[in-house]
Amino acid sequence: MTTAQAKPVIEVLGVPPAGQRLRDSLFVLILVALTSVALIVLAVLLIDTGIDGIPQLSWSFLTSFPSAFPEKAGIESAITGTLWLMAVVSFVIVPLGVASAIYLEEYADRNRWWNRLIEVNIQNLAAVPSIVYGILGLAYIVRGPLSLGRTVLAGGLTLALVVLPVVIITGREALRAVPPSIKEGALALGATRWQAIWRQTLPGSIPGIATGVILSISRAIGETAPLILVGAATFVAFNPTGLDSPFTALPLQIFSWVSQPNDQFRMLAAAAIIVLLVILIILNAAAIRLRNRYQQRW
Amino acid sequence: MATNPLGAGEGGPNAESVFGPPRRRFGERVIAVALFCAAATSVVITVGIVVSLAGETLTFFADEAVTVGGFLTEGQWTPLFSDPQFGIRPLVQGTLIISGIALIVAIPLGIGTAAFLSEYASPRLRNALKPTLELLAGVPTVVFGYFALTYFTPTVLNGILGLDVAVFNGLAGGIIVGVLIVPTIASVAEDAMSAVPQSLREGAYGLGASRRQVTVRVVVPAALSGITAGIVLGASRAVGETMVVLIAAGQVPTTSFDPRNPMETMTAFIGATGKGDVPTGSTGYKAIFAVGFALFLMTLILNMISIRFVRRYRQVYE
Repeated sequence: MTTAQAKPVIEVLGVPPAGQRLRDSLFVLILVALTSVALIVLAVLLIDTGIDGIPQLSWSFLTSFPSAFPEKAGIESAITGTLWLMAVVSFVIVPLGVASAIYLEEYADRNRWWNRLIEVNIQNLAAVPSIVYGILGLAYIVRGPLSLGRTVLAGGLTLALVVLPVVIITGREALRAVPPSIKEGALALGATRWQAIWRQTLPGSIPGIATGVILSISRAIGETAPLILVGAATFVAFNPTGLDSPFTALPLQIFSWVSQPNDQFRMLAAAAIIVLLVILIILNAAAIRLRNRYQQRW
Repeated sequence: MATNPLGAGEGGPNAESVFGPPRRRFGERVIAVALFCAAATSVVITVGIVVSLAGETLTFFADEAVTVGGFLTEGQWTPLFSDPQFGIRPLVQGTLIISGIALIVAIPLGIGTAAFLSEYASPRLRNALKPTLELLAGVPTVVFGYFALTYFTPTVLNGILGLDVAVFNGLAGGIIVGVLIVPTIASVAEDAMSAVPQSLREGAYGLGASRRQVTVRVVVPAALSGITAGIVLGASRAVGETMVVLIAAGQVPTTSFDPRNPMETMTAFIGATGKGDVPTGSTGYKAIFAVGFALFLMTLILNMISIRFVRRYRQVYE
């Protein structure tokens, strides 16, 4: 932290007293220990799940439906359900999230109270517990005004609401990272505001937006609590056939197996966790690659 | 909306004085309105949450088995019994105890991690540690629930520590929720610490302070509002966390303060009741909304406080 030309502090002030040096090194040790705890828990979690789950993984586990007999049970309907949910979530959050981000970043006049309201509101929504969205989904999407029933579409819409604030916030950051000079250049050449945004700002921010969208989808497919309330079934012995089909999903299947007192089912839960984590790691790796590969330095 | 499409007219001659008034384009207006509608959806979602929760909560209190006073003060929560009791205190108490344990775990871990990342770690180490913390934040909470129930309680609490806890207990739930919110606290606190101007650190170094003294006496106090924001946000996440407590802490509403026993939080009640086949319109079903409304208000207050604190440190240093 000292500047390059300055003399080291030690040369000027002399070596600090031994007691102080001891406290300094002790402090570093404590910080390292505190930092490691969370990482150690993560490591133990992964190892423990691996030990329980890996022996259960097999092709038939991936291609069987849930069953009352642990040795026959599998997660095919849970995987297809999760894929359906991913599709619905992306269809909703991409247009809605990007349009909101463009409005807030490029159009909104911060002196207007309604724009400040929208902004504070999104910050707040980002921290609303996901189970509250589940209650909203139960009252207004499954029943009430939309009355979609306990379907793929209802589950996907509810999850989309959970992650929408994150998409908007990351989308805004991506748009902000494109220097205004790019847009101003287009405007100076006679482009309209929308032409400048659509052809200059937006293309420049696509890697950042895509990263945010992928991370949001990966958050959405790990969410369990909203799906419990929206009433995805846990025993679905068929793949969803469409948006109006009943469904289950990986995290729900995990929850259902963990809740069984039978140890064999808990092993199956560990195996399903591994499958879910692999999907999440693939999504996250894709997001990181996108960010590193296409990120422009202006 | 601004009348000047260049948006850069301050200072010099603006576009209007050079080119004459811009041509009004109908399409541009349509697009602006459409974008505004998209952004306004978020407000509609909030209104939807409040109206759906408040509406059913009102019908809940209209039920003859429920009184507002009893809801707020009585110590028994048995909505599905034949003689139902609706005192929310056991659920609130379970939520507060588990969130309290979580914060006791997460505050030192989160601040320690933030201080290490911001003041000690080399850029290379930081670039390796931050994605790992993000990975921790990205693990679905149902996985942590599984871990708390099948590993942490039997192997760590009962085995290594010999605490003699129940299969479902508040302690395991609280500690694991604590680990879960470490990335939240650490990332907000680290942002605040990194935003402390370098000149403050250099001033302290110039007076002969060691790095520890700079961290403890300069950086942490200067970043205090940001650190507080992180802690409050972490508390809000702990209060709203569902899966870990639903799986590992049990579903027994209790007024006992002993975290070695099972306890039920507000979120766990909502999850457990929503999972079962509670008939629509029954008082048990409406209770989901009443508890959800109380939960929403608690997290809303915490979030507003957190936003306020973040704004304060941004104002000071940016």
